[in-house]
Amino acid sequence: MSDMTVNSGVAFTSDRAAKGTAKGQSHRLTGGLVERAKPLSFTFDGKTFQGFEGDTLASALMANGVKLMGRSFKYHRPRGVLTAGSEEPNALVELRSGARQEPNTRATVAELYDGLEAKSQNRWPSLEHDMLSINDKLSNFLTAGFYYKTFMWPKTFWEKLYEPIIRRAAGLGSASGEEDPDVYDKGFLHCDLLIIGAGPAGLAAALTAGRSGARVILTEEDFLLGGRLNAESFGLGDMSGMDWVGQTQAELAAMDNVRILPRCTVIGSYDHGVYGAVERLADHVLAPEPGKPRQILWRIYSKRALLCAGSTERPIAFENNDRPGIMLAGAMRAYANRWAVTPDQRVAIFTNNDDGHRTATDLIAKGVEVAAVVDTRADAPTVEGTELFAGAQVVDTKGKLGLEWIRIRTASGVTRDIPVGALGVSGGWNPNVHLTCHQRGKPEWREDIAAFVPAGDIPVGMSVAGAANGAFSTSAALRTGADSAVASLAALGFDVAPADLPEAEDAPVNVTPFWFVKEGKGRAWIDQQNDVTVKDVKLAHQENFRSVEHLKRYTTLGMATDQGKTSNMGGLAVMAELAGKEIPQIGTTIFRPPYTPVAMGTFGGRSRGKEFRPTRLTPSHKWAAENGATFVEVGQWLRAQWYEKPGETHWRQSVDREALATRSSVGICDVTTLGKIDVQGADAATFLNRIYANAFGKLAVGKVRYGLMLREDGICYDDGTAARFAEDHFVVTTTTANAVVVYRNMEFARQCLWPDLDVQIISTTEAWAQFAVAGPKSRDLLRKIVDADHDISNEAFPFMGCAEITVCGGVRARLFRISFSGEMAYEIAVPTRYGNAMMEALMEAGEAFGATPYGTEALGVMRIEKGHVTGNELNGTTTALNIGLGRMVSQKKDSIGTVNSRREGLNAEDALNLVGLKPVAATEPVVPGSHLMAETGEVHAKTDQGYVTSAAYSPHIGSSIGLGFLKNGSARMGERLRAVNPLQGQEVLVEVVSAHFIDPEGERLRG
Amino acid sequence: MIINHPILGPRDAQEFTYLGDASLIERPDPQAENADETFHDYVYLRDNPAGEHQELWYHEQGDRSWLVVTRNTLTHEITDVQLARDAARARGRSK
Repeated sequence: MSDMTVNSGVAFTSDRAAKGTAKGQSHRLTGGLVERAKPLSFTFDGKTFQGFEGDTLASALMANGVKLMGRSFKYHRPRGVLTAGSEEPNALVELRSGARQEPNTRATVAELYDGLEAKSQNRWPSLEHDMLSINDKLSNFLTAGFYYKTFMWPKTFWEKLYEPIIRRAAGLGSASGEEDPDVYDKGFLHCDLLIIGAGPAGLAAALTAGRSGARVILTEEDFLLGGRLNAESFGLGDMSGMDWVGQTQAELAAMDNVRILPRCTVIGSYDHGVYGAVERLADHVLAPEPGKPRQILWRIYSKRALLCAGSTERPIAFENNDRPGIMLAGAMRAYANRWAVTPDQRVAIFTNNDDGHRTATDLIAKGVEVAAVVDTRADAPTVEGTELFAGAQVVDTKGKLGLEWIRIRTASGVTRDIPVGALGVSGGWNPNVHLTCHQRGKPEWREDIAAFVPAGDIPVGMSVAGAANGAFSTSAALRTGADSAVASLAALGFDVAPADLPEAEDAPVNVTPFWFVKEGKGRAWIDQQNDVTVKDVKLAHQENFRSVEHLKRYTTLGMATDQGKTSNMGGLAVMAELAGKEIPQIGTTIFRPPYTPVAMGTFGGRSRGKEFRPTRLTPSHKWAAENGATFVEVGQWLRAQWYEKPGETHWRQSVDREALATRSSVGICDVTTLGKIDVQGADAATFLNRIYANAFGKLAVGKVRYGLMLREDGICYDDGTAARFAEDHFVVTTTTANAVVVYRNMEFARQCLWPDLDVQIISTTEAWAQFAVAGPKSRDLLRKIVDADHDISNEAFPFMGCAEITVCGGVRARLFRISFSGEMAYEIAVPTRYGNAMMEALMEAGEAFGATPYGTEALGVMRIEKGHVTGNELNGTTTALNIGLGRMVSQKKDSIGTVNSRREGLNAEDALNLVGLKPVAATEPVVPGSHLMAETGEVHAKTDQGYVTSAAYSPHIGSSIGLGFLKNGSARMGERLRAVNPLQGQEVLVEVVSAHFIDPEGERLRG
Repeated sequence: MIINHPILGPRDAQEFTYLGDASLIERPDPQAENADETFHDYVYLRDNPAGEHQELWYHEQGDRSWLVVTRNTLTHEITDVQLARDAARARGRSK
């Protein structure tokens, strides 16, 4: 910073040397916080310009005499810059090109870098000649609510005609449509005191807090610390404001307990001291360094927070107040002092308060001609070096693509035209209360400063200091900042005195509210971003949109990227006047996060594409991938869907082969994804008796039982098996989808319902790799794997047996004789680390039998053939009675859901029953989702007989088959029905059959 | 939000799964004569207070404790956190 010159006060016309280095920068003044030794080159709409390090895009364009920066949203009016900060409504550009193109970037906060590319928006063919400026001539038709009134009829025109046209005409920037090449991170920070904003209040607070040893985080949205101190010419003590900032920053940087985050905007205040913040690490360079994030979304956990967010100047509305060159007076001063630029060499000021006069004084000191100060106050103080018009108003302006002159009406009532190229407007300052309102805080009106200040339910642990709290003078900001830090830290037990503070200006706020000029028939803009005028607010009022929230929605006042930071107050004031009320009676709209716009990529962070959520791989994934598996996502899991063999050209060939091979010999499937819960304790059986609808108390050790779980409302929600390995030890399986929910509910039952049962549970889903080995040769295969001292003959290890065994010469394993396919089948589990090896071992052992790996498709085919239910049938609306297991629900004991399963409505005579469905013509498909209707008659919801839940081609039956629910279906075997699918215009004649297409007697299971 | 876990100290609410009204602990007696009515109410009827609310949170991304959290639904202020097991015992639940 040492080689920057601060506010030297030398006129730009007299310093030819400085002008010489500022190539083409006709509007560059002397002084300022730009590095003249570091010129930067950039383009705007394809034209190359020069600026300096320290510039924003807006200040650099201004330095080059560019006033026109955009076109307005609705009327395509030429617009220039209004502000010098994140509240900017007008100067929105597309930044960068290609995949990094970013629309609606505020030129006022876009830091200049070498090679920056910017384009104006919402214009065609060019910014100077915009065809759609015809909208401006049609303004009488485009008033508030025009969407609602104009495009009502005919209905179909909306989608096809009106909306596309409006979207094209009334738009902001465009996105690249390409994938964002940058990465965004998320991070967590903790502190005792979070200080939001590093202006005079924030710096005084940080200095005080830093010296206490407390953990402090200081955030600042700007790239420089200092806030308004960078924009003002007055000093602090015997230093310039900027030098004091530099000294303070150096002291803070040397403190280990203080973390300074520039380019970091706190976007929201959340419960319990949690704040969201976006740090822009690489928005000020061409592209992030490889591997480094562009932005970080921080979640900051604070014990206390201190809001030092400053204030935002508000404009005054008057006719044609939106021409390029008309800007806020405080912004004009900031451009002159900090960036050493002026929008024009001849300017005027329009103000209702003393602060506007500072702009005049500072610009005069910089050698800019101030043609007039127009002050609405009759008793306005004089300004040296310019003509003061006290008690006067600006009533109109003229100029094609930028301001050329203003018309004022003087106190005596005469009009006068003054040629100027820029006008600084000040209607007073609004404290930035936003973050105080994120938890229902309602700001309160303070008459003495004519502004809302934080009040009511401000977030717990937050205090507010400086201009954000209405303490507008620099002295007050420093003092309240330091004092608030002391108070916040005292609450945390830190004993600290306020930092020594320099002498600073302490001017009183001298403002007489003045919101809009009543003279004139033309349009006076309140919200330039949304093209909302005083007339629009009047119209809304006339049409009875009188609540402030309704006003916002009807006129769009205060919407879009700036969220009305410069316009909301104006809208409220007009509304108050129309309603004959005071502003505090009207109130404000609700402030919601984020404080400034946040890119979606930032919220997404690393969670995009493949990383959107974790991917879980089954233990045999490697083997499957090497053996032709096609994978399917099942929740977070990737499971083999089928294994393609050479020569197979359609997935059905693979699936049919796998199902046939399993039923004729042996198939192997990784079923690890099923949930596994280990249940132990003296009361384990009692516990499971209450979890499952069917009885478990008498299940013998070494046996497995199918179990059905109900919700407390009596509806089925999961099924699986429970294997008893000891009196006090069960292993429960759940469906893949419900593994988490079942476990959660079991913990609920254990901790909340029956806290004194002696039972412990743990999820072991990922601890065991489990494989189904199914088919008539399954036992022969397993004999080659299972160690010889374990007898797995049918007699020793019959259907529904379970045992802890060893395999492959001593590897610990669990064997279950259970079957989902309907064949004689086993499931074998080994510790997960052996999973892939186990798959290899099983395939090797099965080579002699033609062992076939099968995926989820063949698994599904075989379970449909067997009539086993899955999530399609346990769909959250079905009862045990519906799925044909009504008698399983034990009435001799209490279990979750039993009482409500008895409800009359769930036990109606025509209740849905699970049935099998076969097409009458074998070539036709049964389509899941189809509804069942009588063979003839009307197809209508009221004639609905049921629906198809699952269907597949069965290579055993030789046709498509399905499962479904049919009213009183158990008594309707052989009946013909239509399965209708109106969405696809399909109608298939089906026959009602048993849901057990294969081996209805269950002989194969027991073989 | 931050929940002050009785065993683990302050934890972000993101680690928890929310269930709802802690009255779910008070599962009715299934043997009672009017069990059909009491179970109906148990499953379907909840108070929806604007103010203090006792509710069940599950530390799913943590130690898997169920907690009874007393939270003000208007301000989100949390005034009490207990292990649900203790709360259940206090409400007379045992085996």
